Amino acid sequence: MELNAKNLEFRELNRQLRQGGSVFHITGCCGQRFIAAGMDGKTITIEGIPGNALGAYLNGASIEVLANAQDAVGDTMNDGQILIHGNIGDAAGYAMRGGRIYVKGSAGYRAGIHMKQYRDKVPVMIIGGVAGSFLGEYQAGGLILVLGMNRGGAPLVGEFPCTGMHGGKMLLRGDVTGIRFPRGVCPRPAGEADLAEILPELERYCGLFGYDRNQVLDAPFTLITPDSGNPYRQMYAAN
Amino acid sequence: MGIDYIYPEFEVIRNESRCVTCQVCQRQCANEVHRYDPDLGRMLSDETKCVGCHRCVSLCPTHALKIVKNDCAFRENANWQTGAIKEIYKQASSGGVLLSSMGSPAPLSVYWDKLLLNASQVTNPSIDPLREPMETRVYLGKKPGLVDRDDKGNLTYALEPQLELSMPVMFSAMSYGSISYNAHKSLAMAAQKLGIFYNTGEGGLHEDFYCYGGNTIVQVASGRFGVYKDYLDAGAAVEIKMGQGAKPGIGGHLPGAKIVGDVSRTRMIPEGSDAISPAPHHDIYSIEDLRQLVYSLKEATEYKKPVIVKVAAVHNIAAIASGVARSGADIIAIDGFRGGTGAAPTRIRDNVGIPIELALAAVDQRLREEGIRSQVSLVVGGSIRSASDVVKAVALGADACYIATGALLALGCHLCRTCHTGRCNWGIATQRPDLVKRLNPEVGCQRLVNLLTAWNHEIKELMGGMGINSIEALRGNRLMLRGVGLTETELRILGVAHAGE
Repeated sequence: MELNAKNLEFRELNRQLRQGGSVFHITGCCGQRFIAAGMDGKTITIEGIPGNALGAYLNGASIEVLANAQDAVGDTMNDGQILIHGNIGDAAGYAMRGGRIYVKGSAGYRAGIHMKQYRDKVPVMIIGGVAGSFLGEYQAGGLILVLGMNRGGAPLVGEFPCTGMHGGKMLLRGDVTGIRFPRGVCPRPAGEADLAEILPELERYCGLFGYDRNQVLDAPFTLITPDSGNPYRQMYAAN
Repeated sequence: MGIDYIYPEFEVIRNESRCVTCQVCQRQCANEVHRYDPDLGRMLSDETKCVGCHRCVSLCPTHALKIVKNDCAFRENANWQTGAIKEIYKQASSGGVLLSSMGSPAPLSVYWDKLLLNASQVTNPSIDPLREPMETRVYLGKKPGLVDRDDKGNLTYALEPQLELSMPVMFSAMSYGSISYNAHKSLAMAAQKLGIFYNTGEGGLHEDFYCYGGNTIVQVASGRFGVYKDYLDAGAAVEIKMGQGAKPGIGGHLPGAKIVGDVSRTRMIPEGSDAISPAPHHDIYSIEDLRQLVYSLKEATEYKKPVIVKVAAVHNIAAIASGVARSGADIIAIDGFRGGTGAAPTRIRDNVGIPIELALAAVDQRLREEGIRSQVSLVVGGSIRSASDVVKAVALGADACYIATGALLALGCHLCRTCHTGRCNWGIATQRPDLVKRLNPEVGCQRLVNLLTAWNHEIKELMGGMGINSIEALRGNRLMLRGVGLTETELRILGVAHAGE
């Protein structure tokens, strides 16, 4: 179903998404927030730039954005898929518990903050370019992968990655010298078994965005996991 | 080590002539204070473990036990009181941040006790609630600002979603994890029977309790535990937790040891993993950002449910509340600094925030001055202890009150303030199955219903005495209040005259 978003308020846009069929092609999108909030069973392609909180609480819907997206993509997402062909703003995937966010370009601050996992739900966020500061802050589960493709001189990640990380894993492609990791996480070169585990996701990602799989794999990867699941255990005295 | 020894706080007095060594006390005490010695043929006590919860006292069949405060004292000093000395010892031996449970035991100002209510005499009649209709029903949510009529003169308005309460009291947020399954079930059942609401706290909603959804407020906090579409849809309202009176500016941390079984399932995180709620919502740095979260929740729930924003009472609360009112929130909940907690750093709990009475008066006044009071309802908590506290809160400007400690007391809590140990002998602040089953949800529900039914009668009596037959007519009616023993500044902030004026 074609949906021209020009001059539509977000409330009306979402109302039409909820009411109509299951496959949508939105054109003329210009900053409307909360697109597809909480939705499942929809496949939505977006031309133009969606506003903040795209796919918040997403519950199984599939969203593809042909350009950039703004802040809070996939906030508290539970299931589904968000593909972004450009870059994304800050706090993408805040507390996401399931589903996938694939970004062809780069991410702003706080990508994957407080990402979780639960049973069969293991969220995946793959960022093709670089990520800003506080990447994976408080990460409690899931997989965050930053590839650093076509980054020129830009740093792979900003300051303070993995601060407060207490679950899940992060993989960084390329040279990580100079990146300062906090105490409480263990960065180490990823081995064959580690890469084999993420290979299906990575191949899927490369296929969707036209990256060369072999070129992507032809670089060192660093795996970061938390030191312990309970980082604050010793902090308190009962009173 | 001798230097770390702190003399036990309580003394267990066992009347040996009454004790029949039935060992009930031993079986009942999860802290393992009591022990039967077969060689001596009598019960022994380890007082170092006693928390003063009175479980043994209450269940001893021969009333052979009493727990008294120990009179072994440090050398008295008005500046260095016993508590301050003990806290130094605890930190010197452990290096830890002091962690406490429940509301502050410190002698903080309680303004409710310095406010007195009016009653009718001679010039206006009082009303007898037993014989005349008396309305304590309230609706929480945005109210229309203007009266609008169509060309035929009929009223036109699209009323925003409202919560209907049979009386102006709700159970405030306590997460599953901080309290037990049976405690949650008691609260849920009682809320349904009473026609009010209970609040899930930030730990998600147990699948067994979705059936009470019509009387449930679901909370969204910075950790977003258990938050997903079905959860948001299940509740009658969604509450964004920005802060808590007992620990403003501080997040939550439920240790991995408590994330077991159902608690893990309800929070939707793996067993044994720490549940960390960061201090801020990391996507909220401004009122505009708050508005984004409010509207993302409204979008996800299709504008069918009111959104509550809960904040702690802090210094600039009036300006903060004004901003929250403009963020699109339907209801603002304000939690005062005497409010309870399952665990909070002692220093935060006892030193951060302001009393709810002053916060409420300041917020109500500010919203009125700005002409936006009807855009939001105000709910206040942070130590509401009785029906008269409720009536005074309404007269100061609240639409309704949140209670939690009072509700737990009704369920059997004896305020021993050791919730953080997870060994609650009354089956409330624990996940140990043998302890949880001590709280029967049917009994718990009935006791909560009893408590609030009694409060509702008292609220009506107090209203009737003032000649007011509708709680709506009492809201913000500060002429019904007088202060005693308060300074000019306190009276000015509260907006009440001194008694005798």
